[in-house]
Amino acid sequence: MKRKLETTELIFKIISYLFLTMFSIMCLYPLVFAVSASISGRQAVEYSQVVLLPKQIQFEAFRRMFNDNMFWNSYSNTLFITLYGTLWAMLTSILGAYALSKKRLLFRKFFNFFLVFTMWFSAGIVPQYLNYLNTKAVFNGMGIMDDKWLVVIAMGMAAMNVILLRNAFENVPSEIEEAAIVDGATEFQVLSKVYIPMSKSTIATVALFFAISRWNGYFWARQMITNQNEHPLMVFIRLKLEEFTDAEAMAGWNEAYASDSVIYALIVCSIVPILIIYPFIQKYFAKGVNVGGVKE
Amino acid sequence: MKVSASDYLVFDQETKTYREDAEQKVRDDVEKHYWLHVGRTVVKDWRLYIMIVPMFLVFLFWRYFPMYELLGCFKVSDQVLPVSQQLFSGFSYFKRLLVSGDALSVEFWRALRNTFILSFYGLCFGFPVPIILALFFNEVRSNIARSVYQVLTYLPKFLSTVVMTTLIAMLVKQGAITTSYGILSQFLEKLGLISHEVAQAGLLNNPHFFRGIYELSGIWETAGYGSIVYFAAIIAISPTSYEAAQIDGANKMAQMKYVVLPSILSTIVIMLITRIGSLLSIGYEKVLLLYNPNTYVTGDVVSTFAQRYGLQGAAKGIASAAEMMNNVIGMLLVIGANTISRKASNVSLY
Repeated sequence: MKRKLETTELIFKIISYLFLTMFSIMCLYPLVFAVSASISGRQAVEYSQVVLLPKQIQFEAFRRMFNDNMFWNSYSNTLFITLYGTLWAMLTSILGAYALSKKRLLFRKFFNFFLVFTMWFSAGIVPQYLNYLNTKAVFNGMGIMDDKWLVVIAMGMAAMNVILLRNAFENVPSEIEEAAIVDGATEFQVLSKVYIPMSKSTIATVALFFAISRWNGYFWARQMITNQNEHPLMVFIRLKLEEFTDAEAMAGWNEAYASDSVIYALIVCSIVPILIIYPFIQKYFAKGVNVGGVKE
Repeated sequence: MKVSASDYLVFDQETKTYREDAEQKVRDDVEKHYWLHVGRTVVKDWRLYIMIVPMFLVFLFWRYFPMYELLGCFKVSDQVLPVSQQLFSGFSYFKRLLVSGDALSVEFWRALRNTFILSFYGLCFGFPVPIILALFFNEVRSNIARSVYQVLTYLPKFLSTVVMTTLIAMLVKQGAITTSYGILSQFLEKLGLISHEVAQAGLLNNPHFFRGIYELSGIWETAGYGSIVYFAAIIAISPTSYEAAQIDGANKMAQMKYVVLPSILSTIVIMLITRIGSLLSIGYEKVLLLYNPNTYVTGDVVSTFAQRYGLQGAAKGIASAAEMMNNVIGMLLVIGANTISRKASNVSLY
């Protein structure tokens, strides 16, 4: 009896380790391959001799990218959109979530429904597009010609994130707030000195959600930003891919490195910042999902 | 309106005197002069109401105004005029899409079917993987090893759709005369899963592989991250439960069946209901980046159909009508799933 118990357990353990190892390798391999292919020589890439480690090492593909002004432009645009977009979304979400967390807010039910309804029903791509065009016209009329501001202000709000913040604020004990009010704190001081410090981990998580979605945003940026100089990185990558898979455009390619290497180099450049901050934010990510757990 | 005090006189049994019911008076005052009461409260508490304004406006301008634009599906679509000035066309676009039987209608039905199939496959194949992953994470006793596994499997969730689809496109790309085809295609060919011609032509150009690529990349992207919820439920199980089961002679499988699964069942049910609720909201960005005219047969979904006709073409009314149907069915699914959840388990998601 004892023996049988050990064998089933052992088998299950072995299967677990095998599966997890395989899955982890699957998750990591494409990225390792991208790094290797970006610094391998032309023949090695074009004839698929690169499998894991780089061959005939060259850095010309990276040099080409780094000498491309458009690349740096798109990089700074993405940083701009990520920074200001996250700040704007956090500002509106925190203020709104704080007000929603207060039981004394009039029409609280209406505001909550107003928010949640956007999670149930979305107008769809075409009406949103028409609406963004109107917004763009208004912005241009106000003298804001830079379409990046449209992406920053108009896009990327998420009802789910507001609800996460609201739930966190609701969990702050009201005694602390009352104490602060007795000490003469105003509404804004209560928010900044009591509520924000007490829900730090949720705020970090939500900021992270916003920042990642801003960094990775593609579709609407491509639709709405007409000026090439204002394209964010993701649009730049996609346009390069479309250009580089066009057989006619690539017929005259006679560099010492493969055209694929340029694409891989771009991918590597775009994920390096995420890889650098990833270890620090990963623990918040896990926490955020639990915070977003079901409300009974 | 003036209210006489006598209306609120109540007889107090203890003191044997009449006194005014102050609470009732306040309640009635609030009711009679409701908007005055609202005004006073807002003025007194103005800071709180200022705070909600920016969020309210953002959602109003960019979530609710588009819903107004959506009404274009009932109007004669015209790019020049705003929706309010367009002529009313009734349900003509809906009729055209649903019952006319012309090429456009056939294409719409195909898109609707693809939307269902893609999400349904996602539900069947994508849903169990995070649960299995969480069970396996639980088997890893060493904290360091588990952290390494978790860090690696969560990673794809952080990559953007563009990066992911670009990687896929490179890994399964078609071969030219001068270059060989993608490394993943080569690997699959070596395993004997696909023929040389298919690999050479590029898997993304082949409608038979679109759904597979879409679902597998979806699992690759979300499985690790999705396991967090289940893993949190599993580690919350008290060790005494396992011990009790072991004393009763339960082997590993029996422990799974009688200890672990019942403990995470409520989480599974909730996630399943959420999943069913979002059955029609396919991530259009990924489809848009992966599909091409060769794979419209299996890859085209309602959102991309609308994008093609409404944004690239000028058939805004048709496109809006298609999205309207998709989103209304989607909303009914969400509300239905939520209602069932509340009835069945007393858990409401919203």
